[in-house]
Amino acid sequence: MSCAYLLLALSLSVCLGYAVEVQRPRGVPLSKRQFYEENKPFTCLDGSRTIPFDRVNDDYCDCKDGSDEPGTAACPNGSFHCTNAGYKPSFIPSSRINDGICDCCDTTDEYNSGATCQNTCREMGRQERELLQKQAEIAKEGFLLKQQLINEAKRQQEEKQGKLSEMQTNRKTMEDKLEALRTVKEVAEQPEKEAKERHLKAWEDQKAIIHAEKDKAKMAEVFLELDDDEDGYVSVAELQSHSELDPDSDGALTEVEAQGLLGGVDKVDASSFETAWVSIKEKYISESQADSAAVDPPAEETRQPVPDNEPYPEDDPVDEEDENEDDDEDEEDYRDEDGDKPPPSVHTPEKSEPDEDAMPPYDAHTKALIDAAQKTRDDFDEAERALREVDDQIKSIEKELSFDFGPSGEFTHLYSQCYELSTSEYVYKLCPFNRVSQKPKYGGSETNLGSWGSWAGPEDSLYSAMKYDHGTGCWQGPNRSTTVKLTCGKETVVMSTSEPSRCEYLMEFTTPAVCQEPLPDHVLHDPGEL
Amino acid sequence: MYMQTCVMGLLLVALLPVLFSIADAVDRSNFKTCDQSAFCKRQRDVKPGQSPYRALLETMELSEARLTLQLINDNNKVRLLLELYRLQGNMTRVRINELKPLRPRYEVPDVLIQEPPTESLLLLERDEHGMVLSLGVDDQRLIINARPFRLDIMDGPKVLLSLNSRGLLVFEHLRLRKDTISHKISSTVGSMWDKIKSVFSSKTEADAEGVENDVEQNEAEKVEEVEEVTEEEEQPGMWEETFKSHSDAKPSGPSSISLDFSFPGVDHVYGIPEHADSLKLRTTDGGEPYRLYNLDVFQYELYNPMALYGAVPVLLSHTAERTMGLFWLNAAETWVDISSSRAVQGGGDAPQTDVRWISESGIIDVFIMLGPRPTDVISQYASLTGTQSFPPLSALAYHQCRWNYNDQEDVQAVDNGFDEYDIPYDFIWLDIEHTDGKRYFTWDPNKFSQPREMLQNLKDKKRKMVTIVDPHIKVDSSYKIHKEIRSKDFYIKNKDGGDYEGWCWPGNAGYPDFTNPEMRAWWATMFAYDQYEGTMDNLYTWNDMNEPSVFNGPEVTMHKDALHGGWEHRDVHNLYGFYVQMATAQGLIQRSGGVERPFVLTRAFFAGSQRYGAVWTGDNAAEWGHLKMSIPMCLSLGLVGISFCGADVGGFFKTPSPELLVRWYQAGAYQPFFRAHAHLDTPRREPWLFGPENTALIREAVRQRYTLLPYWYQLFYNAHRTGQPVMRPLWLEYPGDPATFAIEDEFLLGKDLLVHPVTDEGSHGVTAFLPGEGEVWYDVHTYKKHQGNLNLYIPVTMNSIPVFQRGGSIITRKERVRRSSSCMEDDPYTLYVAVNAQGTAEGELYIDDGHTFNYEKQNQFIHRRLTFTEGSLSSSNLSPDSQFSTASWVEKVIFIGVPKPSAATLRTADGAESPLEFEFDPASELLALRKPGVNAGADWTIHLR
Repeated sequence: MSCAYLLLALSLSVCLGYAVEVQRPRGVPLSKRQFYEENKPFTCLDGSRTIPFDRVNDDYCDCKDGSDEPGTAACPNGSFHCTNAGYKPSFIPSSRINDGICDCCDTTDEYNSGATCQNTCREMGRQERELLQKQAEIAKEGFLLKQQLINEAKRQQEEKQGKLSEMQTNRKTMEDKLEALRTVKEVAEQPEKEAKERHLKAWEDQKAIIHAEKDKAKMAEVFLELDDDEDGYVSVAELQSHSELDPDSDGALTEVEAQGLLGGVDKVDASSFETAWVSIKEKYISESQADSAAVDPPAEETRQPVPDNEPYPEDDPVDEEDENEDDDEDEEDYRDEDGDKPPPSVHTPEKSEPDEDAMPPYDAHTKALIDAAQKTRDDFDEAERALREVDDQIKSIEKELSFDFGPSGEFTHLYSQCYELSTSEYVYKLCPFNRVSQKPKYGGSETNLGSWGSWAGPEDSLYSAMKYDHGTGCWQGPNRSTTVKLTCGKETVVMSTSEPSRCEYLMEFTTPAVCQEPLPDHVLHDPGEL
Repeated sequence: MYMQTCVMGLLLVALLPVLFSIADAVDRSNFKTCDQSAFCKRQRDVKPGQSPYRALLETMELSEARLTLQLINDNNKVRLLLELYRLQGNMTRVRINELKPLRPRYEVPDVLIQEPPTESLLLLERDEHGMVLSLGVDDQRLIINARPFRLDIMDGPKVLLSLNSRGLLVFEHLRLRKDTISHKISSTVGSMWDKIKSVFSSKTEADAEGVENDVEQNEAEKVEEVEEVTEEEEQPGMWEETFKSHSDAKPSGPSSISLDFSFPGVDHVYGIPEHADSLKLRTTDGGEPYRLYNLDVFQYELYNPMALYGAVPVLLSHTAERTMGLFWLNAAETWVDISSSRAVQGGGDAPQTDVRWISESGIIDVFIMLGPRPTDVISQYASLTGTQSFPPLSALAYHQCRWNYNDQEDVQAVDNGFDEYDIPYDFIWLDIEHTDGKRYFTWDPNKFSQPREMLQNLKDKKRKMVTIVDPHIKVDSSYKIHKEIRSKDFYIKNKDGGDYEGWCWPGNAGYPDFTNPEMRAWWATMFAYDQYEGTMDNLYTWNDMNEPSVFNGPEVTMHKDALHGGWEHRDVHNLYGFYVQMATAQGLIQRSGGVERPFVLTRAFFAGSQRYGAVWTGDNAAEWGHLKMSIPMCLSLGLVGISFCGADVGGFFKTPSPELLVRWYQAGAYQPFFRAHAHLDTPRREPWLFGPENTALIREAVRQRYTLLPYWYQLFYNAHRTGQPVMRPLWLEYPGDPATFAIEDEFLLGKDLLVHPVTDEGSHGVTAFLPGEGEVWYDVHTYKKHQGNLNLYIPVTMNSIPVFQRGGSIITRKERVRRSSSCMEDDPYTLYVAVNAQGTAEGELYIDDGHTFNYEKQNQFIHRRLTFTEGSLSSSNLSPDSQFSTASWVEKVIFIGVPKPSAATLRTADGAESPLEFEFDPASELLALRKPGVNAGADWTIHLR
C-alpha cells in the first residue's frame, strides 16, 4: 500500500499545444494543491492535527475530516478528485477508490484493484459537448419559440380581453333588446288571447246546440226502437226487454223498476218519453248493437279524430306557447298521452263523432292575431338564446383568463389542447390545465388520471411541473394523480409516462414554453479546471 | 406477498367477496379454529384422565439400541407398537404406530439428515408393573409404567419429563367405514371404479364382484381381529368434513394422533414457530391451541396462536437448571396445547408445564432432547435436522425489494439512486410482475426485454438480483414449464385423479408435486442458465406462496384430499414449502456445477428448512407492533435452527411513517435477513425519499450493517457448523438468570453483541437489561462501560441504535463501507477488543471467498482465534488444515476498557518486532493502535506494556 504519491502528468488542452506537469498527491484537486506540500508536515484541512507528510495517502485515516487520504479508501468520509482530462472533473466518495468499479472516466480511481478500466473521458467529453450543443440548440430555438408563444399569448390575451369587454358591452345591448322584445310579445299576446277565447266560447255554444239536437234525434230513434208494437207508446213491457237499464243492477228489470223509469206510468208516448230518456240514456244499448256486441265497428271512426284534433287543440293559448318550447321528451309525453287514450268505447258513441268534436278553424282575424303573437315570441326566444350564448362565452373567456399560464403567459397555447402518447398497452392523453387520462388500446374505458390541480415544481422553478389530482380512485388506494414534468423542447410532446408508485403517474412533457434563455456560447466550451 | 390487486378481472371478481371483505386485519373466519377442525375438536374433547392404554410387557423386545413393546387400548383392543431408541448426543426417540395399520401411515422422510445414530439401551429393572432403562448419561433413566401406559424420564430422583401422564395418548386407528359395502366402494375406490366401468363396460359385473369380495374379506379379517371391541362411536367429521364451501372427502377416515408431555418444574417453554406471538409460549387453556399448518394469512394479527406460513414442530423447555426439547416429527396439521399448573414436587410448590400435541395423520415420532444446557439442546436438534446453510456473504448484506420494480429502467434508476445517495446495497429484488403473465422462469417481454443486460449492469457494480419463482404453475399449453410438468405427470392430483388445479396469481394453476424426488430433480434443472433464459450467476431465487397458497382452496391452501402419489396432501402439507426450497436451492447449486453456494428465500418452511436458505416472516404491516414482533418471531425461529430470518423492513402492507421506516432500518440492520419490502399499492419508499435527514439516518443504519459483516459472516459460519443461532434470546447465553427468560425486546447476536432496537413511536429512551453478574458491556457508539445484571435506561434520539459489546469479546469489522459487500472483499479489518473485568477478551475471524463451496470441499478458508490476555493480543490459527489467502489486513486495533500502555509492539510470525503508534482516550479507556498492517490470515502478537 505504498503508492502514496502520484506524479500527475496532465496534458492540458491539447488544442492549445502545450503541456504542464503539476505534482500533487493522488486524489487532490488542483485547487487544494497548496495544502499538500511535499516533505512538509500536513495539517488536516479541518485543522484538527498535523501529521508527517508520509502519512498522506498511506492508506490509514489520520484526519477526522478524511483530508489526509484523498487518494485511498481509508477514510469513510473522504473524497477523491478525478481530473478527467477531456471531460468534466469530479469528486467521488473515497469508498469508490479501488473497489473494482470504474467510476472516473480517466480510470484514476482504480489504480490498485485489478479492474481494467478504459479511459473514456475524451469520448464522454465529445458526447457531452454534442449533447450540450444539441441542448443549446434546442434551448436556443425553443427559447425563440417561447418568445413567439409569449407574444402570441400576449396578443391572444389582449384579444381575449378585448373580446371580453366587447362582449360585455354587447351583452348590455342584448339585454335591453330582450326586454323590449318581451314587451312587444306581451302586447301582441293580449289580443291573441282574447280572440282565441272568443272563438272557443262560440264553439262551446255551438257544440251545446248540436248536442241537444242530437240527443233529441237519438231519443226519437230510441223511442221508435223501443216501441216494438209501433203503437206510439213505449210500454213497461217493451222497456223490460232492455235488462241493461236495471237501476239496481240485480240482473232483472222488474215491472216496478220499468215503471219507475217511465216516470211511474205504464206507458209513455213520444212527447212524454223525454223524462224516461233522461234516466235511461246512459245505460241504453241500441238493439242493433246489442245483437252484434262482439263487433267493434266504430274503431276506425274513433281513431280518426286523434290527428284531427291537433290543429284544434282544446288547450288554452298559454299551454300552446309552452308546447313550442317543449323539448323532445315532452313531445313524446304528449304523444304518449294520445296513444294511451283508452280505445273508444261503444258506450259513448256520440263522443266519437268527428265533426262534432273538432273545433272549427279560427277565423282569419284570429289567425292573424295568433301569427303576429307567434312572431313576437320567436323573436323573444331568439334574443334570449343569443344572450345565453354570450354569457357562456364570457364565462369561458373569464375562466381561461383566470388560469396561471406562467410568468409571461408562455403556457397559454397549451390551453384547450390535448397531447397523446401511445404505449404498448395504453394511449395516454394530457390536456393541459384540464386533465390526464389513460385509455386501453384494445378496448376498455378511459381512466381519469387526474384533473388540473396546480403548478407543482420546486420553489425555484414552480413552472417545471404540473400536478393533476383527484382522478379515478384506486382499489384500496388513493385517487389517481399525475405529475407532469416539463422540459425544454422544440416541440410540444408527451415523451413518456410511468407509474412509479401505484396510481401515482409521472409524465414527461417537452415544450418550448419552459426553455430558458441559453447561456452565452463560450460557456459551452469551458474546459473546466484545465 | 399476498393476493391483492393484480389479479385479472375475472379472478378479482370471483375472489372479491371471499378475500377482500375485511381490509384492515386478518379475516379470522377464513381460518379454522380447533373446534372447526374435526380431529382437533375430537381430540380436545378427550380430557386428561386414566389412559386406556396398557403396555404389554411380555411383548417387549430389546435389541442393542431399540426397544419395542406393544400397547393395547383396553377400550377398543387396538394394538400399537411402541419403539424406543436412545440416540447419540443425549436424546431419546419415541415412536408409536399401529401394530397392524389397515394401510401404511405416513412417516416423514427427508427432514432428518440421516438415520439418527443410536446408543445401547440397558435394561436396569423389570417387574410386572414396568421396567427401567438406563439412558447412559449420568443418572438418567427411562421408566416404562405398564398400566396405564406412561413413560417417565428421570434424572436421579427427579422427573424431567413424563409422557402420557395425563392419559392423552389417543391414536385413531385406521378403519373401514361402517356402512354399506357399496357405499364403501364408491367412497374409497370410486375413481378407480369409474375408470374400470368406462374402460371395461362389459366386464363391470365381474369386476364389481371382485372388488366387493376383497373389501368383504378385509372387513371380515378386521372383524375377527378386533372381536371384543366395544363399538366405537362415529363422530362428526370422521369421514368427511366441510369448511365454508370446501369439502374434504376423507376417504381414509379418522387418523389423528395425540400425546401429552409433562415438564415438572418448568415454567418457560419456547419454540413451535411460526406464530406472531411472544417468545415465551403462553398457556392455551380456555383459548385456541397453537396451530402448525402452513397458511397464507392475509394481514395477520399479532399475539395470536393462529397458524402462519411455516411450521417447525419443535418445543424447548427451560429452567435455570436444565433445558430440554421435543421434536414432534409430523407434517400434518398439528395443534399444540400448553397449560401450566403448580404441582407439589419434593415438598415444595413447583410449576409444571403440560404440552399436548395433536396431529391429523401420520405416526407419533418424537425426539426428546435432554440438554441439559440450551446449547446442548440446539446441538442435539442440529444433529437431527442439520444446521443453517452457509449463505454467500453478500446475502447477509442489505436487500432492496418492492412489489414491484416496474421495468429495467426502474431497476437502473433505483440502482443509481443508491449510488447517488451513497447507500450500500447488494441485492435488488423483482416480485411477480417481472414475469410474462405470472409464468415463472420467464420475463415480461416489454418491461424486462433485456434481462441479461440488466443483470450485467448490476454485476458491473458487483451487485446481484433475486427473482421470484413460485410453485404454482399457470395452466397454459403454450408455457414450457407447464407442458413439461404435465407431460411428466408431475402435478399433484385431485381426489379424483385429475391434475389438481387452483387459483393463484396466474389464474388457473397447477401445483407440482415437490414431494416427488423426480419432480424436484427436474425442477432443479430448470435453473440452468440455458433453461431459465436471461439469467446469470448473479441472479438468485425467492420462493413465495409455497404453503402452498391456493386462493380458492380451503383456508387459502390446498384441499387435504389432493394426492401426492399414494399420500394425501393431509399427510404432507407442512412439508410442501420445505421441498420447494430444497429443489430450488439444488437448482442454484447445479447451475454452477456445484461450485457456488445458493441463496433462496422461502416463506413456507418446516423442520430442516434451515439447510436450504433464508426465511422471512411474511406479509407483515407498517405498524410499530409488527416491528416489535419481528424480534420474538426471529428469535423463535433461531431456537429451532432457522437462523437466517428477517421481517420486511418498513412493513409490507400499509405505509410507514418516516420515523417507523427509520426505526425499522435500524432494527433490521441488526437482524439476520435484512430486506426492505413493500406492497404494490403503497407509495414508493426507497431510502432517499423522506428528506435528507431520514436519508442520512437510513444510510447510517445500513452502513453499520456493512461494517459488521465480518462478524455476521463468522456467526453464520458458526451457525452452519454447530447450529447455534445467530440471533439469540438472552436466556440462551444466560440460562441461569430467570430475569432473561421472557425478554423479547432485545437480543444477542452471537454472544457478544446485545441489541435493543427502538420500537416505540416518539421514543426518548429504552431500558435494556444488560445480563451477567460480573459482566461488563460497552456501548458500541460511545464506548461507555456498563456493569452487567442491571436494567439500563438509555436516552435515545432518532440516531440511536442501542448496541452493546460484551466485555471479554473481540469483534472484527470492516470500516470502509463501500457500495456493495463484494467491493469490500479485500478491505482491511479493524479489531474491537472489549476487555472484561479480568482484562481479557477473545474472538474469532473467519474468511473465505464469500460465495463458493470451496471452504467445505477444499478447505479454503481462514479461521482464526483472537485472544487478549495479560496485555497480549494474538491471532492464532483455529484450523491448521485449511488454506486460504486474503488480501485483507489489520488496519487498526481498538481496545476498550484498558489502561494506557507505555508502549505497544507488534511481533509477526517471523519474529520481527516493531513498535506501534497509538492514541489513548483516558475518559473512555479507549486505546487505538495505528496500522499494525499484518495480513488478516497471519500469526501475530501485539504486546501492550
